[in-house]
Amino acid sequence: MEKRNNKAWFYLLPAMLFLGFFMVYPLIDVFIYSLEEGYNSASQTFFGVGSYNYSFVLHDPYFLQAVKNTFILVIFTVPLSTGIALLISTGLNSIKALKNLFQTIYFLPYVTNTLAVGLVFMILFNKTEYTDGLVNLIIRMFGGNSIDFIDGPYWAKMFVLCFYTIWVVMPFKVLTLTSALASVNPQYYDAAKVDGTSKFRTFTKITLPMISPMLFYLIITGFIGAFKAYSDAVALFGTNLNAAEMNTIVGYIYDMLYGDSGGYPSFASAAAIILFAIVLTITCINSLISKRYVHY
Amino acid sequence: MKVVLQNLTKVFPSRNKKTQDDVIAVNDFTFEIPDGQLIGLLGPSGCGKSTALNLICGLQTPTSGKIYFDDVDVTDLPPENRGVGLVFQNYALYPHLTVMQNIIFPLQNLKGNQKLSKTEMQDKANEVAALVQIGELMERKPNELSGGQQQRVAIARALVKMPSVLLLDEPLSNLDARLRLQTREELRRIQRETGITTIFVTHDQEEAMSISDMIVVMRSGIVEQIGKPQDVYDSPENRFVATFLGTPPINQFTGRISQGSLFVGDDEIFKTNDILDQPVYVGIRPEGFIIDENGPLHCKLHNIEVMGRDFSVITSHEASINPTIRSIVSTDSAASLQSDVINFSIRPEKLFVFAQDTEKRIIV
Repeated sequence: MEKRNNKAWFYLLPAMLFLGFFMVYPLIDVFIYSLEEGYNSASQTFFGVGSYNYSFVLHDPYFLQAVKNTFILVIFTVPLSTGIALLISTGLNSIKALKNLFQTIYFLPYVTNTLAVGLVFMILFNKTEYTDGLVNLIIRMFGGNSIDFIDGPYWAKMFVLCFYTIWVVMPFKVLTLTSALASVNPQYYDAAKVDGTSKFRTFTKITLPMISPMLFYLIITGFIGAFKAYSDAVALFGTNLNAAEMNTIVGYIYDMLYGDSGGYPSFASAAAIILFAIVLTITCINSLISKRYVHY
Repeated sequence: MKVVLQNLTKVFPSRNKKTQDDVIAVNDFTFEIPDGQLIGLLGPSGCGKSTALNLICGLQTPTSGKIYFDDVDVTDLPPENRGVGLVFQNYALYPHLTVMQNIIFPLQNLKGNQKLSKTEMQDKANEVAALVQIGELMERKPNELSGGQQQRVAIARALVKMPSVLLLDEPLSNLDARLRLQTREELRRIQRETGITTIFVTHDQEEAMSISDMIVVMRSGIVEQIGKPQDVYDSPENRFVATFLGTPPINQFTGRISQGSLFVGDDEIFKTNDILDQPVYVGIRPEGFIIDENGPLHCKLHNIEVMGRDFSVITSHEASINPTIRSIVSTDSAASLQSDVINFSIRPEKLFVFAQDTEKRIIV
């Protein structure tokens, strides 16, 4: 028994080394940085140890703006994208003709470069001297006033960011859910049919529980992904996100490290640890809730 | 409720449009299932018996023909309006629901004035649970049950709405041998107690024979014979039915009728009526052999298997279609098994003769 135990550790060694070097060590290092006050990256010196970095970050209006943006992004995009993906994949699953074609179309955004798509969105939404953008043309067609989505009011910019995020994360969710739906044994549907179960009840009482593990996976990864959003905002609003009021937490961390006002790894570390704590909390809450609703 | 099938046909179109070889899963079924009986649809795999069941259930629509429940034409009715209960081969219990929730699931679908209160549902569920004897398992999930218990839950779920017809698709095939024996008795008992017309599909002839009031023997979409199990066994209408029924299977020989006698190889084993001379197949049930020193059928002895209450005598004969002949004889007649050659006389009621071209039975 003893010997076999050692052997197991031996097998785990490569993975543990890898994870140790690239996951655990950096995490600890970031935590240490976040407690070092007045750290200077050039001379690698610091004045003292304490919680000043956290206090600074938590009182920084740019950080608070980033937290607000991130939370709005998470709250809107995760439920909406998952819900819409569920609708689309249910639809895909119930059609026969052209199913593969539609599946390919829905999957296209996944293989398209984020920045390229961002450019397309700029063209759709941006208002310049020469054109109002396609979306504004449509709004005007219905008698509305054109809005500047890229440099305009906060809510308009937030709308574009959410819209864009949902659009980008959709294909993976549609693909995953379509395959999850297809893997449900059709006999359950036959059984439900013989019992006279309505379509809606079949969906809520049979389909949803059957695909709940996959749904849960998408929600968890969706939350984490949305909390880590950054490149989407850059693609739409450029690199000076603080000026655009569109920064995210990860964007703030990046700015603190390398941005124009950067060079503060301690502040960046503190912000990263705060983000880590937020994601951890949300994931734990998700896991607790899922115990009731997810059927493996 | 009486179930009547009238010229029922189901054709599955060919996937390959060029060849156009459509599959006729059910070919012109016409028969009547009397009220309150247990019917076995019997046939080898792929013979269309499950399709027939799905047609009666309403999960598939027939290409042509009619289905009547009593005198009501239900051909175009969806399954939920037919009042049928269906037990699937792998039970199709909802894995995320408890046994109780599984059983009341059909009741929760009821609408309008049929709607039941929660306690009424639970009472009904407990009633059928008692009938199939799973009362103590109500709070478990399906994956915490054994195969036999899952089977009972599936039957309970099918019975809870008190269907007028209960359909079972290969109900015993997922159970081990011992459980299968026990469960088929159980099926019979449940059917008797409820009096519901029950149709079940099986490829196991023993299963069908043992509990059915009537069996329907099928082959490639065609009904070969319908009747009481013993009648079908005792007088098969063709070679297929004769070979399909019975364990051990019937022994088959090539033979001929010549001048009022039936020959198996060179052995003249039977005096026939006035029948045209022709080549035939001869089937003799294992229990149709009697060890008899002066018997007309001369076989070469290979082996004797002692089964306890009787012997299985393995012999061979040059006209036998299978390499060996298996006969079952009582223990007291085994004394004469000394030499290499063994002679049998044949019980005439266990001997069947089939024309070689049509494979239909010739009464001799």
